[in-house]
Amino acid sequence: MSLQVKKHISIIRNHARVNGKKAFSHESDDGYKKFIRAAYRHFETDYPKFFKMDSLSKLGFLSVEILLKDIDLSRFYSPDRIGLLLTNGSSSLEVDEKHMDSIRDRKNYFPSPSNFVYTLPNIMAGEAAIRHVFRGENTVLISDGFDADLIYDITRLAFETASVDCCICGWTEQYGNNYESLLFLIERGEGHLAALSSEDVIFEPSKLQEIYKQETEWKN
Amino acid sequence: MEELIQKLKEEIIEVLNLEEMEPEDIETDAPLFGEGLGLDSIDALELIVLLEKNYGIKIEDPKDGRKIFFSVRTMAEYITENQK
Amino acid sequence: MGRVVVTGMGMITAIGNTVAENLESLIQRKHGVGPITHLETSLKGELPAAEIGLSNKELAAYAGLGNAELFTRTTMLGIIAATEAYKQSMGRYKISDSSRTALVSSTTVGGMDKTEKYYRDYLAGGEYSFLVNTHNCSDSSMRISDHLGLRQFNTTISTACSSSLNAILFGAKLIKHGLADRVIAGGTDALSKFTLNGFNTLMILDKNHCRPLDATRTGLNLGEGAAYIVLESEKEALKHGKEIFCEITGYANANDAFHQTASSPDGYGPYLSMKQALDMSGVDLSEVGYINAHGTGTDNNDLTEGLAIERIFGEKIPPVSSTKPYTGHTLAAAGVVETVYSILALNKQVLFPNLNFSQRIEELSFEPVTELTEAEIGHVVTNSFGFGGNDSSLVLSKY
Repeated sequence: MSLQVKKHISIIRNHARVNGKKAFSHESDDGYKKFIRAAYRHFETDYPKFFKMDSLSKLGFLSVEILLKDIDLSRFYSPDRIGLLLTNGSSSLEVDEKHMDSIRDRKNYFPSPSNFVYTLPNIMAGEAAIRHVFRGENTVLISDGFDADLIYDITRLAFETASVDCCICGWTEQYGNNYESLLFLIERGEGHLAALSSEDVIFEPSKLQEIYKQETEWKN
Repeated sequence: MEELIQKLKEEIIEVLNLEEMEPEDIETDAPLFGEGLGLDSIDALELIVLLEKNYGIKIEDPKDGRKIFFSVRTMAEYITENQK
Repeated sequence: MGRVVVTGMGMITAIGNTVAENLESLIQRKHGVGPITHLETSLKGELPAAEIGLSNKELAAYAGLGNAELFTRTTMLGIIAATEAYKQSMGRYKISDSSRTALVSSTTVGGMDKTEKYYRDYLAGGEYSFLVNTHNCSDSSMRISDHLGLRQFNTTISTACSSSLNAILFGAKLIKHGLADRVIAGGTDALSKFTLNGFNTLMILDKNHCRPLDATRTGLNLGEGAAYIVLESEKEALKHGKEIFCEITGYANANDAFHQTASSPDGYGPYLSMKQALDMSGVDLSEVGYINAHGTGTDNNDLTEGLAIERIFGEKIPPVSSTKPYTGHTLAAAGVVETVYSILALNKQVLFPNLNFSQRIEELSFEPVTELTEAEIGHVVTNSFGFGGNDSSLVLSKY
C-alpha cells in the first residue's frame, strides 16, 4: 500500500508555511499569544470559540485549519473515516500551571472550569474534530521531540487496519513562546487530492524527517 | 440596575473570552444560551464562578443556572435579590 | 494477520493490590469509595474518592523500590501492576532477547502528584528540583520499562479517560502488523489535588457514593489505580505453551466531534466506537454476553451511553453494568482496569453487579445487573469515553 503526503504545513518562529513556502509571517517578535491571534485573523478563520481555547489547542486547531484551507475533505471521505493522529511533548503544561495556581491559595480559590477542560493534550484534537466533524480514529502520543518513526508507524497502522481512509498526522508542541507544529495530510496512492502538491511525496519516516529539518531550519 | 447590567456585560466578555465582542453587542434581554451568543455548559459553570467570585453568591446545583443565566437582565435581577 | 491474545494481567486499585484481591472484592461487593485519607487536600471530608489504602512509602516498599521520594505515586502504581502482569506472562519462561516486547502505557496525571507537592520548591530551584523531570507523562512509562528490563519500543498515550483502552488498541495493532511479538499495554493514574479540584469545578462529582445508570445519579467519584495486560500473538503464546486468558477480537476508536467534555445528545461517538469494534470482531449481537459500561455516574455519560447501546442492540440488550462504584473513575487507567474485570467475567462466567442502582433512567429501556450472576458469556464489550470526544471500545472473546 502506498501512502502519500498530499500537503504539509508548519507553524514555527512567527511563520506559517504551506508545502515549504511562506504563507504568513508576523512582523514583530512579540510572543506566541500575539502571533497566533494574528495568524487566526490572517487566515480569516471565522470561529469565535478559538478565543476560549488554551494556547496548545489554539495551535493544534489553527494548524488543522491551515492544512485544510480550501479543501473540503467531506467531498471525498466520510467523516467516520478521517483520522487525526498527533504527537506532542509537553502535554498541556502551560494551562496546567494556570489551573495549579488557581487552586493553591485557600483565600483566593476560584478554579476556572473552562481552564480545567484544557488540561489534557488531546483536547486540541477534540477541538479540530468538533470544527470539521472528524469522527474517525484520533489519538495523541507523547514523545520527546519530533519522532518521524512514531508518526509514521501510528499512521501506517491506522491505514493498514482499515480504520481510516484519510489522515492528518504530525507533531504539535507548545509551551510559552516555544512552539512547533508540523502536520501532514495523508492519502492512499493517487487518492482524491492529487492536485494539491506539485510532486508526489511518499509517506515514509526519512521524508518526514527531511521535511521537519527543512521547516525548522529555513532562513529568511 | 443599569450600571450592574453594563458591568455584567463587561465581566461576561472577560471571563468567557468573547474576544471579538463589545458590551454593546450583548442584548440585555436576549437569551445567552442556545441561539445568540451560543454559550455552552462550560460557560454556564464559568458564570457560576463569576457569581461567587465577584458577588459572593454560591450556586450549589448547576441546573439552577438555566433560569438565573437566561439573559443578562435575569442575572442582574438575581444578583440584586441575593447579593450579601 | 494473526490473532491477539492476553497472557498476563496485573492491577492495583482501591479494592485490591492484585488481580486476585480485586476479584475477591468484586464478588464480596466490597467497594473502595470512602473518605480521602492520604491526599492532603482541602476537599478532604467534602468529597469521597476511591483511594488506594497504601501511602507512598508503603507503595515503594511493596514494589521493592527503595526511596519513595524518587518516584511519583503514578509511577509506583504502574510498576506494581505492570510487574504482576509481566510475571504472570513471562515468569516461568525463557524468552529469547530477540523477541520484541513493547510497552504502551498511558496516563493523564503523570507526575502531577509530586509536582503539586513541590511546585514552590521547583520554582525556587530548591532541594527537590532534581525531581522536576518526573512530571512528564512519559516518566512513568520509562520507569516501568527500566524496572522490567525492557529495551525496545516504549510510548505513552494521553487521551483522557479512554487512554488505556487506546493503549490496548495500539498494542493489538503493533502485534497484528508484526511490529512487536508482545506488548504490555495499560495505564496508571494517581489521585491528585489538581484533578480533584478540576473535576469539582466542573460540578460533576458526587458528594456521596456514585450511582451509575441510576435515575438519581449526580456525578462520579474519582479513583486511582493502574493495570496492565500482556498482549501476544497467538503464535507466540502457543510457542511457549502459555495460559491464554482471552482473545482481543475487536477494537475501535472514534471522535464524537461535539463538545470538549460532554457527549452528543444521542451518543453518536459512543455508538460509532461500539459498532465498529463489534463489526471488526464479527461477533453476532446476540452473542454478546456482557457490557462493562463506561458508566461514570454523570448525568450526561450514562444517558448517552445507554442510548448508544440501545441504538446498536435494539430490544435485545445484553446484561450491562458499571464497576465504577467499586473503583471510582480511575481516569487513564479506567479502560484497562475494566478490561481486566471483563476478562475475569469471561473466565469465571459471572456478571459483576452495578452497585447503588435503584431506579431506571427514564429515557432508557434497560436496567443494569445488580447482583453477582452466573452466566454463559462468550464475548464482552467494554467502553471508555474520554474528554475531547475520544471514544473507544473493545471486544473480548473466550479463547
